[in-house]
Amino acid sequence: MTGPGHADPAYLLDASGPAAPPRDNGELVFRAPWERQAFGLALALTDGGLIDWEDFRQALISEIGDWEAAHPSGEGWSYYERWLRALERVAGANGLVGPGAVADRAAQLAALPPGHDHE
Amino acid sequence: MTASEDHLDPALRAEALSSLLIERGLIDEATVNNFIKTYEQSVGPLNGAKVVARAWTDPEYAGRLLADGTAAIAELGFKGPQGEHIVVLENTPGVHHVVVCTLCSCYPWPVLGLPPSWYKDPAYRSRMVREPRAVLAEFGLELGEDVAVRVFDSSSEVRYMVLPMRPAGTEGLSEAELAALVTRDAMVGVAEAAAP
Repeated sequence: MTGPGHADPAYLLDASGPAAPPRDNGELVFRAPWERQAFGLALALTDGGLIDWEDFRQALISEIGDWEAAHPSGEGWSYYERWLRALERVAGANGLVGPGAVADRAAQLAALPPGHDHE
Repeated sequence: MTASEDHLDPALRAEALSSLLIERGLIDEATVNNFIKTYEQSVGPLNGAKVVARAWTDPEYAGRLLADGTAAIAELGFKGPQGEHIVVLENTPGVHHVVVCTLCSCYPWPVLGLPPSWYKDPAYRSRMVREPRAVLAEFGLELGEDVAVRVFDSSSEVRYMVLPMRPAGTEGLSEAELAALVTRDAMVGVAEAAAP
């Protein structure tokens, strides 16, 4: 078992009744839509066999370690930024996206006129 | 990477990565959204609370839970990503356990959901190992000198969950009532189970 491996997470659900979830002791799991997106992408890529979870985890450890070394005060910390960078790194290493493709696309998106909905 | 690249908004980078992968047919949005929805809405610490309540009321289950956490947790239907090799640490009057992941943020998703922000914070990850009593006190947990504190660092394959002590005065409670006393923080080890 190398990580997530089920397209349908329904098997994880505790469907209904009194067991159905106050889930996080009142704390939001994701603080922004892009964090949810980065999380879901990592699971979907692993589920599809396109990345290996352990490769991703090692990349995440490396991203976190590098960031902490460069930011001893801890100011500006964002776990999901490190997560996203690790995901970009593994996706690039596996040939899923070309070198520089994410940055190029992000710059294109940034240049779109306001109100564009990315559809 | 260039400085300007580094300063691109992560929201744009995530959208960029997503759109590139979708265009190549490598992922579809429905699968991505399904994972998000599951972890936002369905998988959370109530799962772990039910495991704890079962262990409090069924000594044979408790034995199986301590012997093979993943298997005993799966008996209650909880399994999935980050649920491999869960080791359950039993608190006793003399020993208190607390869990950290110093390198990243390994966490037993099927029983606790996704980790809270403080669990992922660099300060928690480094300080809990160095000065656990001080950090626990900041969480409001003051342990007596006669209680040993053991910090467990989740490693590549092992994810820990704490089995807190059953609070006094709960003899007459049902399993469901007991589960309501078990918080996420108690199962990470930064709190004790609540008194009824």
